[in-house]
Amino acid sequence: MRKLARYFGKYKVNAILSPLFTFAEVLLEILIPFIIALIIDKGIEGRNMDALIRYGVLMVICALFSLISGVLAGKNAAKAATGFSANLREGMYGRIQEFSFSNIDKFSTPSLVTRLTTDVTNVQNAVQMILRILVRAPSMLIASWLMCFAINRELSLVFFFAMLVLGCVLFAIAKITMPIFQNVFKRYDELNGSVEENVGAIRTVKAYVREDYEKKKFDKASDNLYRMFVKAESLLAFNNPVMMFVIYSCIVMVSWFGAHYIANGVMSTGNLTSLLSYVISMMMSLMMLSMVFVMITMSSASVKRINEVLSESVEITNPEDPVMSVSGGSIDFENVTFSYKKGSGKNVLENIDLHIKSGETVGIIGATGSGKSSLVNLISRLYDVDSGCVKVGGIDVRKYDVETLRDSVAVVLQKNVLFSGTILENLRWGNEKASEEECKEALELASADEFVENFPDKYNTYIEQGGTNVSGGQRQRLCIARALMKKPKILILDDSTSAVDTATDAKIRKALSEKISETTKLIVSQRISSIESADRVIVLDSGHVDAFDTPENLLKTNAIYREVALAQSERGGDFDQE
Amino acid sequence: MKGKSSKRDILRVLGYVFRHYKAHVFVVLLGIIGSSLATLVMTLFMEVLIDDYIIPLTLSSVRDYSSLAFAIMRLSLVLFVGVLCSYVFNRVMVNVTQGSLNNLRKDLFSNMESLPIKYFDTHAHGDIMSVYTNDIDTLRQLVSQVFPQLVHSSITLISTFISMIVLDVPLTLLTLFMVSLMLFSTFKISGLSKKYFFSQQKEIGKVNGYIEEMMEGQKVVKVFCHEKKAIEDFKVLNEELRESSYKANMIASISMPLNANIGNLSYVLCAIFGGFLALSGHVGLTIGTLVAFLNLNKSFSQPVTQLSQQVNSVVMASAGASRLFALMDEEPEKDDGYVELVNVKTDEYGNLVECREKTNSWAWKHPHKADGSVTYIPLEGEITFNGVDFGYSGEKMVLHDIRMYAHPGQKIALVGSTGAGKTTITNLINRFYDIQDGKIRYDNININKIKKPDLRRSLGIVLQDTNLFTGTVMENIRYGRLDASDEECISAARLANADDFISRLPDGYDTMLTGGGASLSQGQRQMLSIARAAVQDPPVLILDEATSSIDTRTEALVQKGMDRLMKGRTSFVIAHRLSTIRNADCIMVMDHGRIIERGTHEELIEKKGRYYQLYTGKGAGNE
Repeated sequence: MRKLARYFGKYKVNAILSPLFTFAEVLLEILIPFIIALIIDKGIEGRNMDALIRYGVLMVICALFSLISGVLAGKNAAKAATGFSANLREGMYGRIQEFSFSNIDKFSTPSLVTRLTTDVTNVQNAVQMILRILVRAPSMLIASWLMCFAINRELSLVFFFAMLVLGCVLFAIAKITMPIFQNVFKRYDELNGSVEENVGAIRTVKAYVREDYEKKKFDKASDNLYRMFVKAESLLAFNNPVMMFVIYSCIVMVSWFGAHYIANGVMSTGNLTSLLSYVISMMMSLMMLSMVFVMITMSSASVKRINEVLSESVEITNPEDPVMSVSGGSIDFENVTFSYKKGSGKNVLENIDLHIKSGETVGIIGATGSGKSSLVNLISRLYDVDSGCVKVGGIDVRKYDVETLRDSVAVVLQKNVLFSGTILENLRWGNEKASEEECKEALELASADEFVENFPDKYNTYIEQGGTNVSGGQRQRLCIARALMKKPKILILDDSTSAVDTATDAKIRKALSEKISETTKLIVSQRISSIESADRVIVLDSGHVDAFDTPENLLKTNAIYREVALAQSERGGDFDQE
Repeated sequence: MKGKSSKRDILRVLGYVFRHYKAHVFVVLLGIIGSSLATLVMTLFMEVLIDDYIIPLTLSSVRDYSSLAFAIMRLSLVLFVGVLCSYVFNRVMVNVTQGSLNNLRKDLFSNMESLPIKYFDTHAHGDIMSVYTNDIDTLRQLVSQVFPQLVHSSITLISTFISMIVLDVPLTLLTLFMVSLMLFSTFKISGLSKKYFFSQQKEIGKVNGYIEEMMEGQKVVKVFCHEKKAIEDFKVLNEELRESSYKANMIASISMPLNANIGNLSYVLCAIFGGFLALSGHVGLTIGTLVAFLNLNKSFSQPVTQLSQQVNSVVMASAGASRLFALMDEEPEKDDGYVELVNVKTDEYGNLVECREKTNSWAWKHPHKADGSVTYIPLEGEITFNGVDFGYSGEKMVLHDIRMYAHPGQKIALVGSTGAGKTTITNLINRFYDIQDGKIRYDNININKIKKPDLRRSLGIVLQDTNLFTGTVMENIRYGRLDASDEECISAARLANADDFISRLPDGYDTMLTGGGASLSQGQRQMLSIARAAVQDPPVLILDEATSSIDTRTEALVQKGMDRLMKGRTSFVIAHRLSTIRNADCIMVMDHGRIIERGTHEELIEKKGRYYQLYTGKGAGNE
């Protein structure tokens, strides 16, 4: 929690003001029972109307100031807490923008979303609580006790002891229940996880007529959770009665001893009433403190999850004196070894040595998991190699300015997304200043012009979130066009035409080789037809280059290539369709 | 309108709690009343303490504390009972709260499972999930705190009010006036904070939506170096959220100091007015009574302050409750079928007779309403489509006049582009959706007459999305038929070619799968889902793009498993790989919701139509 304090930023003033106003509010509130005592003693029992009015007015003034400071304290706390959470969200979001691919892989998308939303809200509530109550309760406690002390020393010592007992009991309860609660919340998450699984797999559940089976499973888990909750909360059920017991005991004692003091003339009746209200406010403050304690512990899980994002070390950063331009489209892999978890020994790529000339068209083929995507992702430095180096235009990719490199090396990712916005807006991700003409050219290259023209709003057609209002094949072609907007030196298509039919696929490849012949093109595909017209083809087999040769030679010499080619030619074509 | 429905939802939650926990709620009420009365007794004692015990003590020369001691003993006893009551109600309340939430959760899940597929198509899964997490949580606060607080406060209010009236009428009126001022301000503030609260929720929704989209596309953001722009856009939304969230929280935080100090004001006014009355010799108002009244005045305004703090919880809970009940009230899937699937055996006359034991031979039990007779039709797996029209929304038809005949044991392949309606056809066979026009028959029975569970039990399905569940490998296979023995599951795995890799897993068949089988490869997951269908052993199979995301080499393995599974069964196969399609008894080529060509592979190649174009990759007009 402390680590996060810097996110108060410009709202630090409010974070400081709020406790100050709270303190003032508490002081005034403490003063009020004191004035009440004066009203009773001097005014009412002293039968003095003037004094009554005087102290009455004093109390009204106190109440007014207490109101003002209370409102100001609340206002500042709200400002500080909401400002804090906004800064925190922005900080996390900014941090995530710095993440490299391996950082993104580590956190799943839904988990990042929860961290940015629910977790931040939890912390915001906790901060607001802390600002208000964590100041209010202890100062209330101390001030009330001091007032008691001023009125009657002996009784105040008794209260002190009672408070100690109550405090110990409340914190003991909080301490015992906390681990139980953490366990319960873990189970709760698991239960919700299984609901999510069910919602996602609803077709399977229904197809196998397993509704009742799933209900029984859920009922069992839910009942189990219920029992755990009851176990934890039945301990918390002691909180209130214990507090009442202590308060009552104190009150009984005040009545008994107070009566003696008054009878002996050491204490006034007004003092008795104020003692009573001080006792109650002391115990209330303790109760609030224990509540805050529980709140803080509950939000600590959120804090932990937020800190995980903030303290994630970003693996790919700009070098000092980066190279600011990419001179050519040649690609060299020099003895490259790569793994997703450094030092895990599970190398995805091993001893890769490849040299691709500028302007060459290279196909990459291999089974799932053979390392095709990993290989191409190293080129635009989406991941860093474990050992060896990858060079673009003859220079190690780690020496380039990351933005410069990625502008020159355009990757069309396997799992690609469009963003909500018009088609033009999406295309301009590739080049912010691109004219409509340039956009049309790119669409034409990607064979996307035809269907875009057929949309009622043409280039201004609004793409829904996730691109759900265009078909899979259309989405892939728009993604290719978006990448082409960069006018890259190297273009990487990572299985990016899998949903495009064979004929259109061929058309795109033809256009690319004719119109942007000087661009180096890497084509990863499952489909032999997509790569058989390439200059050369890399055959990958579990992280090794099995062969790197022209398609014609491979057909003669390479077993894997031949197997795939034969299997697919035997099947004639492929019904991959948009 | 909105206010009324939110009140109704809150009442419904109350009714929900009460229905299952009548006795508990009764005990809780007794407990609250007991502990509130104890508090009241204490307050009343404080009134008489000064007048009846202390003042006589100061006046008399003999200090006799015995009557005070006796009174205090009596008070202690009452207070002790009060503490006990408080424990009882707090403890029972735990069961009531958690039990009600448990019941709500279970009912919610149970109803969700019975909803038609259409519901899941039209509602974001995230939205459904947030009912289970966020919305149920808002009710926890409502049930466990707001309700008891309400009871407690009203008891305190009523009893204090009576005591005040007994003590002095004019002062009571004054107090009432001040309290109504508090109520009025609470009402005003809560109205205002509700407005800001809703706008805050709207902003949160916007920010969440934006975050979700950007996180989903984070890799694309990186590839296009779009980070700065993404941060800029986010800042704007984030600032809007901060602003509205600040307003909502600020307004809400005003109500406590405001009410507390109106309470103080009320106290002062009573003191001065009461003092004036007492000093001017107003009848019946002694100093002791005034002091007692002032105490009551305090305890009268406190519960109002406390209640005003709960207003936010109620606003939030009512929003949560309305979403929760909206899901719960969703119309479940309808089933008017009456034809059942039963085990049969053949008696000595060659007739089918229904029997209870497992015979591995099945028949449709078809009761005829007209004459009350029952016929048994053996389960064979013949599927016919006759002039079927279908549209998801009713107006826009996605399937037109589909005619199809699948004889038992035949393999029917469906090919065509995405959106041509292939998957839709299979979704109609198991009645995930109901057709608009035409007839689908299963063994010559209109499928609308067959009970849905029985219909679906007779259909096996393997989808591209494998949908494995958290549990062991064995449990996942057994999902196909719950009473299958381990041996049956293992032989199904063998049939699906899965036995090999399963035995190489760390715990073999007892290996736990989580996250939909994330630790397995796509091909392995697919083999498991084939094994699952094999255990079910249905006469009719639907394979929807089961091998599309598997690479060529793994595919061969999966394909073998599928071929073995399809043997002797009527199968509907959707695929874009020819190896799966070419040996089909009939291939249907679909386009825009119509079957445009049909025949065997050879016939269709011969025809040189759309199939031929797809097959050779020579799309007309695309060269």
